[in-house]
Amino acid sequence: MDRLLDVRQLKTAHLGPLDLALQPGELVQVTGASGSGKSLLLRALADLDPNTGEVMLNGQPRDAMAPVDWRRRVAYVPAETAWWGERVDEHLPVDFARAAALHLLEQVALPEASLGWEVERLSSGEKQRLGLVRALLNQPRVLLLDEPTANLDLENTKRIERAVRGYLAEEDAAALWVSHDTLQRQRLGGRILTIANGKLEVTAWN
Amino acid sequence: MELISLSALDLSLAALLVVALAGLTVWARMGLGRSLLIAGARTVIQLLLVGLILQTLFDHAQLGWVALMAVIMLAVAGYEVMARQQRRFAGLWGYGIGAVTMFISAFAVTVLALTTMVGPTPWWEPQYAIPLLGMLLGNTMTGIALGLDRLTQTVWRERRTIEGRLAMGASWSEAVTTMRREAARSGLMPTINAMAAAGIVSLPGMMTGQILAGAPPVEAVKYQILIMFLITAGTGLGTLGAVWFASRRLFDTRERLRLDRLKAGRHS
Repeated sequence: MDRLLDVRQLKTAHLGPLDLALQPGELVQVTGASGSGKSLLLRALADLDPNTGEVMLNGQPRDAMAPVDWRRRVAYVPAETAWWGERVDEHLPVDFARAAALHLLEQVALPEASLGWEVERLSSGEKQRLGLVRALLNQPRVLLLDEPTANLDLENTKRIERAVRGYLAEEDAAALWVSHDTLQRQRLGGRILTIANGKLEVTAWN
Repeated sequence: MELISLSALDLSLAALLVVALAGLTVWARMGLGRSLLIAGARTVIQLLLVGLILQTLFDHAQLGWVALMAVIMLAVAGYEVMARQQRRFAGLWGYGIGAVTMFISAFAVTVLALTTMVGPTPWWEPQYAIPLLGMLLGNTMTGIALGLDRLTQTVWRERRTIEGRLAMGASWSEAVTTMRREAARSGLMPTINAMAAAGIVSLPGMMTGQILAGAPPVEAVKYQILIMFLITAGTGLGTLGAVWFASRRLFDTRERLRLDRLKAGRHS
């Protein structure tokens, strides 16, 4: 099978060296104690922290791509999403497809009007759902999700899980999903990477 | 009109006012007496020294000496800019960004003014060159220091916003644009305020000095206008340049936010 994301000897100040590969359509879970380096792994893959090693997307090396293009294709969604404008739609990609936005909003149970909502009045759960929608509108090939359901109730958690699964299937994209929730781990299934002391220690199949 | 020379007695009388004020603060237990006396003593010593240096410089008007004086002024101003940063760049950059942008802006504007507007012979005539450069450096220094300080503080505070923008596919420049605008504004505001209030709220120091020295008020005003425009141009150029260079330096070639390039200054 082709490798969508191929990572060799990835190393940062507090991480690695580690190897990792994601297949198209695959959702791989990342787990580990707090402070073990899960977020650092995602940040390094999004090229937000200095790192060395070989990282390739569809066989194309990262260094051959402009940083802007890389981060659109390899989307990092932090646990606490950042909002800087006054209204939600100020945070969307300039040329986003309206139809795609409506489709995604429907999946996470938010109305079309939410694009015009004031950021000031969003709940943490709404921020998290809209943060995912905004990242998906860039049509990334790889999703780096750092506890994307941390602020959500079970119903909305399942919605996010379905939305991400749906996106991966439709776009043949892949995701790394950091999760602490044992039940969620069972629901999501697939490969589980355990990270400890900045290294990938166990690779388990669920 | 003739310049009335001040005698030692005149200065002593003025000094007596400061001493009296210091005595008053000691009596009122406000704890400012020592600071007032030390600062007063520094004023006397520093200004007398500068007076002597300028006198020597005027007596031996040579380009080399004027240039040496200019370089020393720049070196000190560069240090001041660095020292006023709460978070400054580590290594040579901490000094370099301020000093280089001041050199480019203040020196360029001074040379331009000397060669095209004021036009003394020779163009580096110390009586004109040194005070002009001094005023430009002093103001540019303040603008750059304010601008850089605001930039690094805001970027530090808003790092999540910046990385959020980067993660959404913004370039480093787009990600930092609001912080850069705020920093440039902060550096230029004092100069803009000074222009707007000139002559109404306060009589600018240089103009006051020229009038006291016997110059006709309208001549003094013309000089003041020239100086204010030069200061605005120099400060603006220097601040914009410094803020741009610094904001670029906060990101690496892969457009990652590199706050590790900053270190805490001595005031934090």
